[in-house]
Amino acid sequence: MTGSSQRGTQRRSLAVSAAPSRLTRGLILGIVGAVFAIPIIAMIEFSFRDGLSGGYTFTHWTGLLDPDSAAKFRSLTTGLTNSLLLAAVTVGVVLLLLLPTMILVQLRFPRLRRVLEFICIIPITVPAIVLVVGLAPVYRFLGGIFGSSIWTLAFAYGITVLPYAYRTLQSNLGALDAITLSEAARSLGASWPNVMWRVLLPNLRRGILAASFISVAVVLGEFTIASLLSRQNLQTAILLISKSDPYVAVIFALLALLLVFLLLLLIGRVGSRRPGAPRRITTRKQTREQTPKPDLTQGVPS
Amino acid sequence: MTENPGALAQEPPGAPAACLPVRRRRRRARGRVTSILGLTPFAFYVLALLALPTGIALTTAFFDSAGSFTLENVATLFDPLILDTFVSSFWISALTAVVGAVLGALICYALLGARPDGALRMMIESASSVLAQFGGVMLAFAFIATIGVQGLVTSLLRSQFGIDIFADGVWLYQLPGLILPYIYFQVPLMVITFMPALDGLKAQWAEANATLGGSTFTYWRRIAGPILAPAFFGSLLLLFANAFSSYATAAALISQGSQIVPLQIRGALISETVLGRANMAGALALGMIVVMIVVMTAYSILQKRTTRWQR
Repeated sequence: MTGSSQRGTQRRSLAVSAAPSRLTRGLILGIVGAVFAIPIIAMIEFSFRDGLSGGYTFTHWTGLLDPDSAAKFRSLTTGLTNSLLLAAVTVGVVLLLLLPTMILVQLRFPRLRRVLEFICIIPITVPAIVLVVGLAPVYRFLGGIFGSSIWTLAFAYGITVLPYAYRTLQSNLGALDAITLSEAARSLGASWPNVMWRVLLPNLRRGILAASFISVAVVLGEFTIASLLSRQNLQTAILLISKSDPYVAVIFALLALLLVFLLLLLIGRVGSRRPGAPRRITTRKQTREQTPKPDLTQGVPS
Repeated sequence: MTENPGALAQEPPGAPAACLPVRRRRRRARGRVTSILGLTPFAFYVLALLALPTGIALTTAFFDSAGSFTLENVATLFDPLILDTFVSSFWISALTAVVGAVLGALICYALLGARPDGALRMMIESASSVLAQFGGVMLAFAFIATIGVQGLVTSLLRSQFGIDIFADGVWLYQLPGLILPYIYFQVPLMVITFMPALDGLKAQWAEANATLGGSTFTYWRRIAGPILAPAFFGSLLLLFANAFSSYATAAALISQGSQIVPLQIRGALISETVLGRANMAGALALGMIVVMIVVMTAYSILQKRTTRWQR
């Protein structure tokens, strides 16, 4: 099957598949989008207010560039740096600890699949505010091994993101016929690292990306554990500064939102195409991912 | 499958057929041990950072501050005041979960025909990831700026339409004030958790339906509906759990009183140094977890039905 004929099939099937019309889609997304934009707009408006006078001013924004106020924002920059570091380490925990375990269970221990799923949804049953009570002594112990630097908090965050990361990865892994794919690859002589790197991971790209998205978003928004373990992250820093200067707090909340949004958009962009590959191949690969089985025959050397 | 089909056939298939089974069996036995070893890092991680802290948190419920066994903390859960908090937590979670699930599913439906790697899809997925975790402090700020006493919407309604949304008193810093902020993070979370299920709908099913003369309505009523139902209710339960355990938004909005259970826990945690109610937090945590276990058991049953269609 060639890429172009597959694309054709897909386009035709979309017409049958009861996808909404352009108008319906526009209406739904437009209305919901507009309602969801209101609080953001309100925050922007608030950041320009001149106290309670009813007028508007730029001083809250220009004040950010004032070198005199740099000291005032030090806690915010620290919080932001800490949160970005934590996000990176947490994604690492998800991709290096959770993902290999999930693939291993899917391929070799099908009976453990339910056990793994059960473990991964436990953090929902055990909310952060419950966990934090028991985390305090654990962190006293961990501090003895790793020191008390901020990144160790990512171990706890890895647990917090577990249900979300698991769900996104599993919906990809479950829809994939991983056993058939890997057995086919193995029977064609591929080594396990090859199966993993060239067969499974490319097929799991969407799940991996989605899991990383949500992990980063969870970590940048985390407040409960950091504040109750007395660590500094973005959220605790914003709360701290809101008490002295609410306008700056709102501005930073806006900037943080924008940053996260752009970051995730960027990750999505980079992920949807292979670096250096022309656009056309990407589209064909995209179609391939949805129909893995016929494509496997393509890989068989004739 | 791979970019380089030749890589799959690195080992030439030249080995005699007779020695294959033996080699394969030996290799499989060795692989089994390696596989089991491969599970240990994750197991150890979960034990140390999930099982251990949870155990510590829950066992404190059964001890008094002197360290001897007691049921007094657990009995306090049935105090009418504490029960009221549980009821409040329950209805606010249920309400926001239902509204969030319906609106979120609607957005997922709207995205159904969009190209999976298209700009629209990417945009909405990123926005959802951000907004679903737009909890806590920032969300509280946003709603104070929107429907606070001097908020944008409040003052617009007052000056343009003469409507005072706070005619019966300021409810934003009370329990009802949590409803809108909670819905604000529930809808995007629904988009994130429910979208993969819609992606799992195979184009062939729609084709088969069309070939057999089915209409769009038949497709939703008889094929997509039943297949998506477990995933939908599963996501709904996730949303409920999400709201029930949410702490940061409430903590930032409601400064006085402990209207929902997580705020009660905060109160108990803070007061533990002052009043010596060291183990009340553990008892509240226990009560919370009992509710969560019921919800999650139902979720797990639904999930069993969902995965039936994922192969």
